[in-house]
Amino acid sequence: MDLINSFRDKDKILALSQIIKQRSKKPLNIMEICGGHTHSIMKFGLPQLVGENINFIHGPGCPVCIMPRSRIDEAIAIASIDGVIFCTLADMLRVPGSKGSLAMLRADGADIRALYSPLDTITIAKENPDKKVVFFAIGFETTTPMSAVVVKQAVELNLQNLFIHMNHVTVPAPVRAIMSDKDVKIDAFLGPSHVSVITGSKIYEELANEFKTPIAVSGFEPLDLMDSILNLVNQHENGTHKVYNEYARVVSKDGNLKAKELIDRYFQPCDFEWRGLGVIKDSGLRLRDEFSYLDAKKYFNVEVGESKESKACICGEILRGKAKPYDCKVFGKVCNPQNPIGSCMVSGEGACAAYYKYSKRG
Amino acid sequence: MCLSIPSKVISIDENNFAIVETLGVKRGVSLDLIAEPISVGDYVLIHVGFAMEKIDTKYALESLEIYKQIADDMNSGKISADEGDMGLAALKN
Repeated sequence: MDLINSFRDKDKILALSQIIKQRSKKPLNIMEICGGHTHSIMKFGLPQLVGENINFIHGPGCPVCIMPRSRIDEAIAIASIDGVIFCTLADMLRVPGSKGSLAMLRADGADIRALYSPLDTITIAKENPDKKVVFFAIGFETTTPMSAVVVKQAVELNLQNLFIHMNHVTVPAPVRAIMSDKDVKIDAFLGPSHVSVITGSKIYEELANEFKTPIAVSGFEPLDLMDSILNLVNQHENGTHKVYNEYARVVSKDGNLKAKELIDRYFQPCDFEWRGLGVIKDSGLRLRDEFSYLDAKKYFNVEVGESKESKACICGEILRGKAKPYDCKVFGKVCNPQNPIGSCMVSGEGACAAYYKYSKRG
Repeated sequence: MCLSIPSKVISIDENNFAIVETLGVKRGVSLDLIAEPISVGDYVLIHVGFAMEKIDTKYALESLEIYKQIADDMNSGKISADEGDMGLAALKN
């Protein structure tokens, strides 16, 4: 069975393309929440396949892109401390803070390790009892349960040298924040794939009703996206606003209950400052009080002061759907994947990186 | 960080740790987030060293069959985009 190439079949994609183009009568602004979707949309040339009425807006769904500089500065401050082994998923290494990145700090000799799995931190902590091991926990609902497993094992093993720097965030909060901005015009959403595997498709029903906006939970393959877009076009033309689960081969209505229980056992909501969106109430997660002894920020007590974003970079506007990467003065010039100014260019799934990689104008 | 493709379970050890194969590459993943039983031969979705969910291959194949039917009908002129059914969307709603 070849589930990958089967969902990239040219004839089927072109058939859906034809139907979408003919059904689409009214302008339709679709925001894809997930950075992985941005990547797929550009990689497979979907803007050309769906016709001129459909405009893709790239939302705040890339964990790297939405991290404010202050959090990177905190990570760098902790990773600079003698005796610390700082562990992160590789995406975060190159994100620029106020004074350089984790990658640059590593080049200067700091012990910073890129992980394959968050669970590697447990092994590293066991093997280095004389060091303090810090896990840079980032991401949406997709990666939160993996961090919860790390906490669970650290507690069960009574590890005294493992700490978590918490930066987990949730999807519904920024969607609500964006839709509450009167300058933003979004008619429909592509719901994220892997976030929805954990949360279930049900979490979008309230949003769809509240903003009268159809939402299609979609997989990453081009056929997944084309089918989801067809559904959104049909709903837009018919004036309905239901949640459509295209990715039902892995996304259920209620999600992964075991993962959700783990998240709830170890974490609780907190306010979080989003790059470009500001502080959003209850949009992040922190360790529950009984596990706060594992909180790296509290343990190391680092203060980084005010962290300013680059003035030239318009990542914030892009994440709100108010601007495209082309609108940024530094896009493709000073800011490129080799020398990223903003996080949207650092992450392979960031809107700027996707435009740079796949677009002729890049 | 989210792009991923289906991985086939090759073996499972007593610690609930599996070896999976993705496009010929083998690697280890934790099954700690999966409540339902996983067997060798099942397909799972992998993310940062964990299996997130079992893939319903039967459902995936059914979806592909529906897309194929739409493409065939379009190509043979049996349906036009305007008069055809609503695609997979309508069939599942």
